[in-house]
Amino acid sequence: MSRLASRPLRLADRLIEPGPPLLRSVGLTKVFKTDGGVFHAIRGVDLQVRRGEFVAVMGPSGSGKSTLLHVLGGLEPATSGEIWLDDQRVDALSQAKWAVLRRRHIGFVFQFFNLVSSMSVADNVEVAALIGGASRRGARARREELLGELGLTAKAQAAPAQLSGGEQQRVAVARALAHRPSLLLTDEPTGSLDSTNTAAVLRLLRRSHARGQAIILVTHDARVASMADRVVNLFDGMIADDAAVRPAPLCPATTSSVLELRD
Amino acid sequence: MRLPLLALLAKEPAHGYELKVRLEQMFGDAYPPPNIGQIYLTLQRLERSGLVHSEDVVQSDRPNKRVYELTPAGREAVATWAEEPSDGPRVRDYFFMKLVLGPLAGVTDRLSLINRQRRHYLGLMRSLSALAEEAEDDEGAAEGNKIGGLLIEGAMLHLQADLDWLERCQEELL
Repeated sequence: MSRLASRPLRLADRLIEPGPPLLRSVGLTKVFKTDGGVFHAIRGVDLQVRRGEFVAVMGPSGSGKSTLLHVLGGLEPATSGEIWLDDQRVDALSQAKWAVLRRRHIGFVFQFFNLVSSMSVADNVEVAALIGGASRRGARARREELLGELGLTAKAQAAPAQLSGGEQQRVAVARALAHRPSLLLTDEPTGSLDSTNTAAVLRLLRRSHARGQAIILVTHDARVASMADRVVNLFDGMIADDAAVRPAPLCPATTSSVLELRD
Repeated sequence: MRLPLLALLAKEPAHGYELKVRLEQMFGDAYPPPNIGQIYLTLQRLERSGLVHSEDVVQSDRPNKRVYELTPAGREAVATWAEEPSDGPRVRDYFFMKLVLGPLAGVTDRLSLINRQRRHYLGLMRSLSALAEEAEDDEGAAEGNKIGGLLIEGAMLHLQADLDWLERCQEELL
C-alpha cells in the first residue's frame, strides 16, 4: 500500500492555518468523446490546495467546474496531466486504488445527498467511518459526535427519506466527514436547499474548516464561495482567476453601499 | 430620511432623539445609525413644508424638548408614499462603462476588469455574511435584527445578481 494510504491521519495533522501542499494538479486535461467529436472540458489546469485550505471554484455552467472536481477526486480519469495527493502521484492509479484512497482520504458531498436509502441515518454515517478504517467503537463514537453536532441525534434511527432535504444534506456532510478525510470535495452542496438550510450547511462546513478541514467546493452561490480562503474562477476549462477572498469594507455605511434605503 | 421620519411620526408624536432610537431599533445593525443632526435638520425642513408641526414640552429636571407631530398634509404624504410602487434596483453602469471603454483607452483589459470586480463583490459578500451572522447570533434585540437580517439578505441577493451579470459579461465579451 502507498505511504499515503497507510499513514493514519491524526487530528493533530490538520492544522488551522493552511499548511504544506495537499493536492496539486499540473496541466490537467479532460476530454470527453461525444457523438459529434470531442469536448475539451478541462484544458490545462494547474491548481494547488494546501492542508486546511478552503478553495471555492466558481464559473459559468459548462466551464468545467464539476468535471474538475470529479477528476481531482478520481471519479473520472484525467485525459492528461498530473494529480498529486500529498507526495503521491495519483492520476494513473487504477479505479480500485482510487477507491481505497477515497475511502481513507477524501470525502464527497453532492447536490442531491446520495444517502443510502435502505440504511438509517446513523448507519449511513457509521458505515462510512467503518469503511474508512475506524473500529466499531470508534465508528459509533464518531457517528454520535457528528450527529450530535448537527442536532440530528433524535433522527439517528430514521430513514433518510423521513428527513427534510436540509437534514439529509447535513447527514451527507456528516457521512463525508466520518472518516476524517484530509480533503472534502463538494459540488453545489447547497444547490437544492432553501436559505435556512443553506445557512445550516454552511455553518457546518465553516466549523469543520476552522478545525483544519481542507475543502474544495464548487458553487454558483457567491455567499457560499465568499466563505472560502480562495476563489478560483474557471472559464472554458481553464483558470481565469485565482485569488484570496478579502472582506471588503462596507463603506461608507454598512449595507447602504449595496442596498440603498431610500425615501 | 424624510419619509421614514414621517412614517414614525404617523404612529405617534415624538422628539428627535426618540426618532433616532426607533430607527435604530427597527433596522438593527444593518442600517447605518442615523445622524442626530441630520434628523433635526430634516424635521426643521418638514416643518417648513407644513408636514409636521412642533411644540416645546417643558420638563422639570431637564431642558425643554421639542415634540413633533404630523399635520394632515404630512399624513397624506405618508399615505401617498406607501401607495406608490418603488423603483427597481438601480442599474450599475459605472463598471460597465469601464468594461466597455477601459480597453479602448488602452489602460486595462476586460479579463482584469472582470476579475477585479468579481474579487471586490466576493469581498463585499464576505463582509455581509459576517454582518448577517452577527445579526443572527445576537437574538436579544429580536425585531430590529430580524428586519436588519432581511436587509442584509436583500443586499446579498443584489450582489449575487451582480456576480451573475459579471459572468454574462465574461461569456459574451471574452
